[in-house]
Amino acid sequence: MSHAWLEKNSVLLLIGIILVIAIGGAVEIAPLFWVSGTVEKVTGMRPYTPLELEGRNIYVREGCYVCHSQQIRTLRDEVERYGHYSLAAESMYDHPFQWGSERTGPDLARVGGKYSDEWHRAHMADPRSVVPESIMPPYQFLFSTALDYRDAKKLLEANRAVGVPYTQDQIDHANQDLEAQADPTADGLDDMQKRYPKTQARDFDGNAEKITEGDALIAYLQMLGTLVDFKTYRADAPENRR
Amino acid sequence: MRDTGIEGKGAIPLMNQTLTQPAGSAPNPWRFDHYFVPLMIFLGLVASLIEAARSPDPRMVAQGWIFGACMAFLGVWYMWMYVGQDPPDEKRQYAEGVIKAGVVASMFWGIAGMLVGVIIALQLSFPHWFYFPDQAWTNFGRLRPLHTSAVIFAFGGNVLIATSFYVVQRTCRARLFGGSLSWFVFWGYNIFIVLAGTGYLLGISQSREYAEPEWYADLWLTIVWVCYLLVFLGTLIKRHEPHIYVANWFYLAFIVTIAVLHVVNNLSMPVSLLESKSYSLFSGVQDALTQWWYGHNAVGFFLTAGFLGIMYYFIPKRAERPVYSYRLSIIHFWSLIFIYIWAGPHHLLYTALPEWAQTLGMTFSIMLLMPSWGGMINGLMTLSGAWDKLRTDPVLRMLVVSVAFYGMATFEGPVMSVKAVNALSHYTNWTIGHVHSGALGWVGYVSFGALYCLVPWLWKKKLYSNALVEWHFWISTLGIVLYITSMWVAGIMQGLMWRAYNEFGFLEYAFSEVVLAMHPYYIIRALGGILYLAGTLIMAFNLWKTVRSGASVVAPAPMALVAEAAE
Repeated sequence: MSHAWLEKNSVLLLIGIILVIAIGGAVEIAPLFWVSGTVEKVTGMRPYTPLELEGRNIYVREGCYVCHSQQIRTLRDEVERYGHYSLAAESMYDHPFQWGSERTGPDLARVGGKYSDEWHRAHMADPRSVVPESIMPPYQFLFSTALDYRDAKKLLEANRAVGVPYTQDQIDHANQDLEAQADPTADGLDDMQKRYPKTQARDFDGNAEKITEGDALIAYLQMLGTLVDFKTYRADAPENRR
Repeated sequence: MRDTGIEGKGAIPLMNQTLTQPAGSAPNPWRFDHYFVPLMIFLGLVASLIEAARSPDPRMVAQGWIFGACMAFLGVWYMWMYVGQDPPDEKRQYAEGVIKAGVVASMFWGIAGMLVGVIIALQLSFPHWFYFPDQAWTNFGRLRPLHTSAVIFAFGGNVLIATSFYVVQRTCRARLFGGSLSWFVFWGYNIFIVLAGTGYLLGISQSREYAEPEWYADLWLTIVWVCYLLVFLGTLIKRHEPHIYVANWFYLAFIVTIAVLHVVNNLSMPVSLLESKSYSLFSGVQDALTQWWYGHNAVGFFLTAGFLGIMYYFIPKRAERPVYSYRLSIIHFWSLIFIYIWAGPHHLLYTALPEWAQTLGMTFSIMLLMPSWGGMINGLMTLSGAWDKLRTDPVLRMLVVSVAFYGMATFEGPVMSVKAVNALSHYTNWTIGHVHSGALGWVGYVSFGALYCLVPWLWKKKLYSNALVEWHFWISTLGIVLYITSMWVAGIMQGLMWRAYNEFGFLEYAFSEVVLAMHPYYIIRALGGILYLAGTLIMAFNLWKTVRSGASVVAPAPMALVAEAAE
């Protein structure tokens, strides 16, 4: 067939282009949605609590991903520096994923529990007060801005609409659970922890007067990478080999 | 004998200021654009007012007012241009007003985007001076997407829209299809940029690289982009040339593929129609691959295919030579668009992405060298018999150097996609250096070259100063060299320090020590950026003077040549 066919007919050319670009995407991306084993079987993963989800929204809003990755590669030095390499299962509830592409700052995939809340507060308010070499921007305003959680329930519903398995019970109690996690004096802590196992609840920003954006962000950071039970995870099991 | 194929294929069709349409043909009594464009403005205004009045989300309210103001401006502009009259632009035979507007917008956004780039480079160099603790909008995390969007989508996008409108008319010998629709594309696209950019500053972002704008801005862009495709395709369909010129294949591939990528990658669920926040349809590993399928092909189709369209028109035109090989352009066109689509996973090597997808991505990334260099060879060899012009014509030199940078960046890319290399280079400043060798060297220079051609052609003036083009060329080249080399050294050093072990078998360096080691390179990089920006400012001055006080050139423009004559 002569190429003149295509270059003399703009609609044929258009169709040709669409066909040619469709192949790669179809063969490479589509299988990820149905090939079993794309996401490992692990124990411990749960959807984010309302407070963690609010914290994640702030992480997304501020564009933290431009400097911080959340993806530990399967390389010796990374595993030694940051912990167990990241599993696909660990971001299965992440809409969107925040693996990042740069490490102007360190990886945060397993930052949960590595530093105290107090350290996070000081570091985010004035990074160079605790890490003199740091080039991170200051986030003092997070600790003076009250968290706007009027729509916590709607956030959970939107997540359920894209596939995160929030139960109706969790959605109905979104605001109550959020307050219970950030405020130790609030009611409903036990109920919250039943709905969200392995949840840390405390006044993350040390300011009992109000729930701030800082509370939410620290709650999110402190749970990052802590959910999967690596005692029961077997990397060499056939179902986990990809 | 050069392989120019059958008549009119490899060579640029005869071009002058006249069209083959009968001169006095009656205006079309019913034009859909006279209904569609006002309807879009009206709907946009209504939507923005609803958001501004009803949204409980203060960020969305701000966006509502901004969009509303843009729509009101557009409405007034439309009435001024079109109500009760044929705009003066439409009486001329080629649509040129919209291209002129695109040239001005390109220069504005280029300077703005590069300035933000300089600011964020200085932030990383001198965090004590360039951060403001109480001004959330000045933080790196919000300004960096502003920089990337402004230079890629605002500067690059306007250059692509303007040049594609110019090229498609000349090579088809047909006026732009759709009347005022091309103006709607121009304004609509720039309003999308304003919406996206102010959104980042307000704290609205999807935090998906190069796809940061939220759902409502994406929706608006989708409408605008479909109109862009319609204008371009419509012009191709009504052409008066038997063949579609090669530059237009690349433009068409760019437009249609970006449409597909944009729509699929931005599928998301808004929290509500009155909230700015949305959650992407995909999650985790699937989201990662979809995003890098998008991200890498934003490079492949926006920053490569589109700008190859520029190369295939402006280099032959400026060098007064036909395209080197017609056959090569066919082969490299189809293989480029086929292979590029597969290369996304090289952004995800050694991650939780399944191994088979990583291997596939790396394999195709390496293969990509061939079609990329096919394009480079075709561009460079077009200079055959005209190499001497590089000494005397700094604009042509800029265009040719851009192709050389394209060759370098597309060699470096496949190298970096090799897993063993990527283990070192990924997450480091090497990636930043690589991106900028393509962005500053290839995209920047080919755009500058095209703008230096377009302004004299469109305004029918002689370029104000060739000497200033020389200054621009050398200052910005020095800037690029400083930028790329500092980031190479910084990136490789960073990668090596992260993986360095001491004699006891422990990691040698704390992360903060590596950050400290980057300091001098960040400063050199900022200096490189400042030089590049300075070059762009010189260019803006030169083009401004050309328009304002350049000597008039009597039509036909000196560039309206017949390429075959060079044979």
